[in-house]
Amino acid sequence: MIAAAGHFALALALGVALVQFCVPLWGLYRRNGACLAVADPAARALFVIIACAFVLLTVAFLRNDFSLAYVATNSNTLLPVPYRIAAVWGGHEGSLLLWMLMLAGWSAAVALRGASLPADVLATVLAVLGGVSIGFLAFILFTSNPFELLPTVASEGRDLNPLLQDPGLIIHPPMLYMGYVGFSVAFAFAITALLHGRLDAAWLRWTRPWTAAAWMFLTLGIALGSWWAYHELGWGGWWFWDPVENASFMPWLVGTALLHSLAASEKRGVLRSWTVLLAICAFALSLLGTFLVRSGVLVSVHAFATDPSRGVFILAFFSIVVGSSLLLFAWRGHRIAAPVAFAMFSREGLLLLNNVLLVVAALTVLLGTLYPLLVDAMGLAKPSVGSPWFNLTFVPIMLPLVALIGVSYLVGWKRGRLQEFRRAVAPALVAVVLGLSLPLLVPGSQSLGVYLALILGGWAITTAVAELVRWLRLSRRPSRAIVGMCLAHFGLGVFTIGVTLVSHADVERDLSMKPGDTVLMSGYDWRLLEVLPVSGPNYDAQRGTIEVSRNGDLVARLYPEKRSYRSQPNNPMTESAVDVGITRDLYVALAEPLGEGAWSVRLYYKPFIRWIWVGALLMAIGGGLAATDRRYRLGRSLARDGLGDDLAATPGALS
Amino acid sequence: MTRRQRRMLFVAAASLAAIGIVVLMLQVFQQNLMYFHSPTEVVAGKTPEGARFRLGGLVKTGSVQRESGTLKVAFRLADCEHEVGVRYEGILPDLFREGQGVVVTGKLAGGGEFVADEVLAKHDENYMPPELAESLQTDTGHSCAPFKSLETL
Repeated sequence: MIAAAGHFALALALGVALVQFCVPLWGLYRRNGACLAVADPAARALFVIIACAFVLLTVAFLRNDFSLAYVATNSNTLLPVPYRIAAVWGGHEGSLLLWMLMLAGWSAAVALRGASLPADVLATVLAVLGGVSIGFLAFILFTSNPFELLPTVASEGRDLNPLLQDPGLIIHPPMLYMGYVGFSVAFAFAITALLHGRLDAAWLRWTRPWTAAAWMFLTLGIALGSWWAYHELGWGGWWFWDPVENASFMPWLVGTALLHSLAASEKRGVLRSWTVLLAICAFALSLLGTFLVRSGVLVSVHAFATDPSRGVFILAFFSIVVGSSLLLFAWRGHRIAAPVAFAMFSREGLLLLNNVLLVVAALTVLLGTLYPLLVDAMGLAKPSVGSPWFNLTFVPIMLPLVALIGVSYLVGWKRGRLQEFRRAVAPALVAVVLGLSLPLLVPGSQSLGVYLALILGGWAITTAVAELVRWLRLSRRPSRAIVGMCLAHFGLGVFTIGVTLVSHADVERDLSMKPGDTVLMSGYDWRLLEVLPVSGPNYDAQRGTIEVSRNGDLVARLYPEKRSYRSQPNNPMTESAVDVGITRDLYVALAEPLGEGAWSVRLYYKPFIRWIWVGALLMAIGGGLAATDRRYRLGRSLARDGLGDDLAATPGALS
Repeated sequence: MTRRQRRMLFVAAASLAAIGIVVLMLQVFQQNLMYFHSPTEVVAGKTPEGARFRLGGLVKTGSVQRESGTLKVAFRLADCEHEVGVRYEGILPDLFREGQGVVVTGKLAGGGEFVADEVLAKHDENYMPPELAESLQTDTGHSCAPFKSLETL
């Protein structure tokens, strides 16, 4: 019953997506207003239908309907209810349905808020989104249908991979997908600009909030993934330069570049065709990420697909979307380019530099991710690129970028003035003091590189504060865009400090411990009290008790576990235990019994690691503030009065 | 200098810097590439000397030996034809066990023994790194028989 209804919903959705794609484009070609008007209701209908399909699949999971192959492979009667819901996107087919739900959601949101857009622009944007929907719906229906029935109903499900049974999984994929898919809106706007041969200030104002919103979700999604890996994989790492992580990081880097080039384009009318190209690239990288992760070419927890037809389908879809967009750009790109000369020593010049650095960084990540795959595909060898390479190339590109942030506040649009640099003296001094004093808190972190990176991180923080103070003095209430920008830059500074300290001064110790043993590490006494069996809802575990004390005072009592899930007894899981702190995490994982009551135990001292996720969270909040700036809402009413057109023809009119 | 000359100078400097960065990057890239080899290739002496590489195979049944009281462990890694001794000190992944496929990273030491600094095992019972699965295939396309875990592939 559910299978038939779900199948029908997907087929119906494909039909609606076809209408959403073809009819408005035909209307655009024939200048037919009635055809254009179809896009809006089609986008809303598509969302409702996909939402129904998604609810059906969720119900199938809640009711343990093991007649569905997807439910039977990813759930189990013992699985707790929250994880049963999360299991909807715990596998390949369901995660694609989630992707599609997000895409339909973004399209419906554009339709909902698009009343102020000119009819032909709105119709084109929705048609492009409809085109992307066609690709994904076809992919789901023909290669990865979550409503596929099993030949005979399974009596019990195979269960969700225990690695994925974690609160992090409930929210990480939806956030990440919101970000990935959100760039499809910027992409659709870019294609619209190319098709119409027009890119004006109004276009930029419409595109900016959507991009900022997508960027916010992507930032959150990546940070959640990193947090999940840290506490779930039991290796204490927060970033591995794993191809799957890179797949989400590349769109983030290009999306960040896009946010900044949009600002330059809107304020000064410069870099316009570049902005369009970035919007295309950000979405292309999102698709590439989906391809890498979903096609099974990569080795990771995320690679579900082993069916080669899926990989071929995504690759073909990717080639069509990216190829046709780039062709369109080559053909029409010059139409939207405005030959505006500008000085390098100006805000827009620095934004260009920011873009160059971010794009180069994305390219290095791309090279490191794709090169091994390409060489392997040619059958030459099986190389892998380790994290040393990424660290060696990525960090030197990023540090100047962090330094640049503080400078950019001092350099005005159009032309910078050196006198303004006097404003930077106080923040710079505070940053130096901060950078030189922080290592005192963390033993073993004194080195030249650490000082430099900390000073730069401090500089990003102090200048963001100074800029906000300056705005507060100028006008009593700075716009959300300004506050958001300062907050995001502040967050980047916090992030930089966290990364620097945890990368250079974390302490790891693997050792064999018996109950009663005490080890001194990083100034803490770690004492293993006992290891006892415990039971959870769907697993049995050995639970250790470790007391961490400092100078005789108890700091934390930690309970790391070694779990064995009943559905997969040969798949033991390490459940680490962490004592969270502002300046350090204490992290314990039980590895394996060594006999005679001894266990191999992994202890970590992780200085300032929380700053990484706090920094990312601040960046995301900043992005959210920027996305909801009042000006964009004002922009809508301007457009409604017909004032929104071609404001960029008179640069500075908006600033 | 005229505006034009200034711009030319800027472009020239920027391109030089870009070329320099690319050259440096590619050099670092070459040094940091690691290759995957099978025990057969190690025995045949086809692996680079002194370089770190990744070695994949199945942990030979009955070969895992631990030194009590420490984290030192030794085992033999085999493909269908040959085997190589591996030494490692540290914590083994959850899914490490005899008869299963693993990938180790490290260097060859004297006596043809491999000293690993990292051991990776499969993510779940039914999963195996493709490169490992491929290297375990024989010419006829069949995986070598005695290992149950390969039959599921």
